[in-house]
Amino acid sequence: MGEEVKLIGSIQSLFSFRIEWALKLKGVEYEYIKEDVRNKSPLIFKYNPVHKKVPVLVHGGKPLPESLVILEYIDETWKDCPLLPEDPYERAMARFWAKYCDEKIWQAYMAEGEEKEKAMGPALESLAFLEKEIKGKKFFGGEKIGFLDLAVGWIPHWLNVLEEVGSMKLLDAEKFPSLHEWAENFIQIPPVKECIPPREELVSYFHSALIYLRSLSANKP
Amino acid sequence: MADEIALLSTWPSMFGMRVRVALAEKGLKYEYREEDLRNKSPLLLLMNPVHKKIPVLIHNGKPISESMIIVEYIDEVWNHKSPLLPTDPFQRAQARFWADYVDKKLYDTAKKIIWSTKGEEQETGKKEFIECLKLLEGELGDDPYFGGENFGFVDVSLVTFSCWFHTFESYGNFSIETECPKLVAWTKRCLEKESVSSSLADPHKIHDFASGVRKRLGIE
Repeated sequence: MGEEVKLIGSIQSLFSFRIEWALKLKGVEYEYIKEDVRNKSPLIFKYNPVHKKVPVLVHGGKPLPESLVILEYIDETWKDCPLLPEDPYERAMARFWAKYCDEKIWQAYMAEGEEKEKAMGPALESLAFLEKEIKGKKFFGGEKIGFLDLAVGWIPHWLNVLEEVGSMKLLDAEKFPSLHEWAENFIQIPPVKECIPPREELVSYFHSALIYLRSLSANKP
Repeated sequence: MADEIALLSTWPSMFGMRVRVALAEKGLKYEYREEDLRNKSPLLLLMNPVHKKIPVLIHNGKPISESMIIVEYIDEVWNHKSPLLPTDPFQRAQARFWADYVDKKLYDTAKKIIWSTKGEEQETGKKEFIECLKLLEGELGDDPYFGGENFGFVDVSLVTFSCWFHTFESYGNFSIETECPKLVAWTKRCLEKESVSSSLADPHKIHDFASGVRKRLGIE
């Protein structure tokens, strides 16, 4: 294609990683621009004026935010190693579960006390669905990694960080053995293994992020 | 084999209306089932056990939830006419981004206007709601539709909110046309389409509905 690809991301953003993995899987050359989400550069405001967040993909100078939107764009632009299934129904399911898992597990991490109890239900439901989906398969995409693998690919490394910081236990190896096995396999894939950030850094970041996010919620009218 | 299509929804739901617009754009026949959200049918609980929410599209027995995911599914399966998403990947991504923006921002801000009593929360909701609409108006620019020359994905995601505008204006005490004249002109343009006018609820009936809900919530 020839046009320059840049990814503005951050090791603090678990959403950034799914984009890196997708680009690496498809063999796309890109320049990684590192952001510190606690100290955002003018670049973020320029390329994502609406949400002011990472990741942002910039292709041929044109910016694209929102990680699940970016994943679909990458899949449509670079045809090697297709991520979404061909069948429209399966595509709809992949999109639904990617969105659902993002929302529900995040809500469980952020919630406190009684709210947390309530939020655990949907979060566990997501894991139960994933457990059912992955049984008998190596990856959600089958023999190869697909859209849903990338969308929930933060689970292997990040979930136990969120569990520790958010005081919750979700991915129980006994309750979700197939998902646990998938997680072990997923982490070993070269494009994923190459860019896993150090755990201590993540724990420290998510701990301070949680305090900040909860204070924002507390201050809402 | 003839396609069997059913839609579970409620008449005031702007999300359910999105699916009706998409089905109408494609000229599809379907069975409509009105749900009572205070007394959900066994079919709804079976077809959407996860969210237990409407709308749910059931196509040949297989359920799909989440309105814009349903709209995209409809666009992919019945691609013989009225494409809702463009063919260019970047434009498709833009369309998905803005539909996602409508989902993330508009509903939550609008809720504050109508489901809370007068006060700081309502004022904040009103301010944020107008900001969102102005951003969307900017995105529309001088094009007839968000899809450019043709009615498209983002148009579907937003137009169904328009039958609720009268309700937002009445409880928020403001005029959307004064704040966003181009956007209101766009809603009128969309309503000239049969697929939209036949799918959107009557704004006055919506207002009566909202009034009933507010009474039950004890804020009226």
